[in-house]
Amino acid sequence: MPGTESNERKVMSRAELTRRLVGKLKNEEAVIGGIGWTNFELWGAGQRPQNFYMLGSMGLAFPIALGVAIAQPNRRVIGLEGDGSLLMQVGALGTIASRNQKNLVMVVWDNGAYQITGGQPAATATVVDVVGLARASGLEKSYWAKDEAHFDELIDRALSEDGPFFIAVKIDSAKPAATTHRDPVQIRERFMRGLGVREAI
Amino acid sequence: MSSAKPDGQRAWHEIIKDVLKENNVRLATYVPDNVLSPLIKALHADPFFTTFCCAREEEAVGVVTGAWLGGTLGVVLMQTSGFATLPNVLASLAVPYQIPLLMIISERGTLGEFNLGQAMVCRTMRPALESMGIENHTLRRLDEVAFVVDRTISQAVSTQAPAAIILNAFLTGGKVEKKKEN
Repeated sequence: MPGTESNERKVMSRAELTRRLVGKLKNEEAVIGGIGWTNFELWGAGQRPQNFYMLGSMGLAFPIALGVAIAQPNRRVIGLEGDGSLLMQVGALGTIASRNQKNLVMVVWDNGAYQITGGQPAATATVVDVVGLARASGLEKSYWAKDEAHFDELIDRALSEDGPFFIAVKIDSAKPAATTHRDPVQIRERFMRGLGVREAI
Repeated sequence: MSSAKPDGQRAWHEIIKDVLKENNVRLATYVPDNVLSPLIKALHADPFFTTFCCAREEEAVGVVTGAWLGGTLGVVLMQTSGFATLPNVLASLAVPYQIPLLMIISERGTLGEFNLGQAMVCRTMRPALESMGIENHTLRRLDEVAFVVDRTISQAVSTQAPAAIILNAFLTGGKVEKKKEN
């Protein structure tokens, strides 16, 4: 099947890589967690005030991150998205490339499946290469993480060099230990305070 | 100005642009539309605004939502059929997270519509807005534009709630089928 070979990559732990990523955030970087296990894992890695957790609107993690990045150009903004979610809004990659948003980092956790709905395979399991999609959309700094050390290296670059960066990782299907507390108003207000937009009353 | 009315009154899109500016709406995302094109062009031409096209209306909503979280107020421009793609993101993002998401929708599907697909889509718009409790106003008269747009923006921000302004064909002229010459 076309694409099968290119999608055979080292499978890493989403939980471990999420912790590694969050551990590198020293400058109040904003993080937008896409729906599903992506944001459960982000929640489990520690509830920073600069984390935003989506409870729906599948596919909008990168557009939301782009909006934050436009509003706060001096802050690094990271979007975490699943492969199934990315497939819903592939057009957003072209929008981001057109704007050449320098402070934006996109991370895709690709397990080739719609895990939260029962693990049905996504096209990313076989034929779709998400880094190929990103490159074809005009995002030059688009990479597959080969292993954990390479992931660390890519994130370090993404947090220091001009972006936009697109980093994809083949991840496992392990269930996150934590579940996001689903209170949208609290999530939004905490995030806005974390970004210095609002002060606590 | 070339787009001014003969009596000196300014065009709807000039008024809307000025009111957006007065309310510090600095970001405009859109999916292209023929009726909205003079407004889109005017926003692009004014460096006060960051204006860009998105691939889908949902994406445009995501960008404006993110910008609000980061402290910048924005607006999404679309036509009726584009609004019809939005109920999921309005119901799961803008409404529950209390985002003052401003939507300006050019109304197609009524008053001389020639495409049945557009006419059917139009009938879903107000019921969808009402079902989510989203404040919406339809602009038909030029003399109401400044007041309605200004008050809609200020209420959306104060009450932290999305709002829609629908531009009816009475205001914009809409889009009509070219008559065949006999």
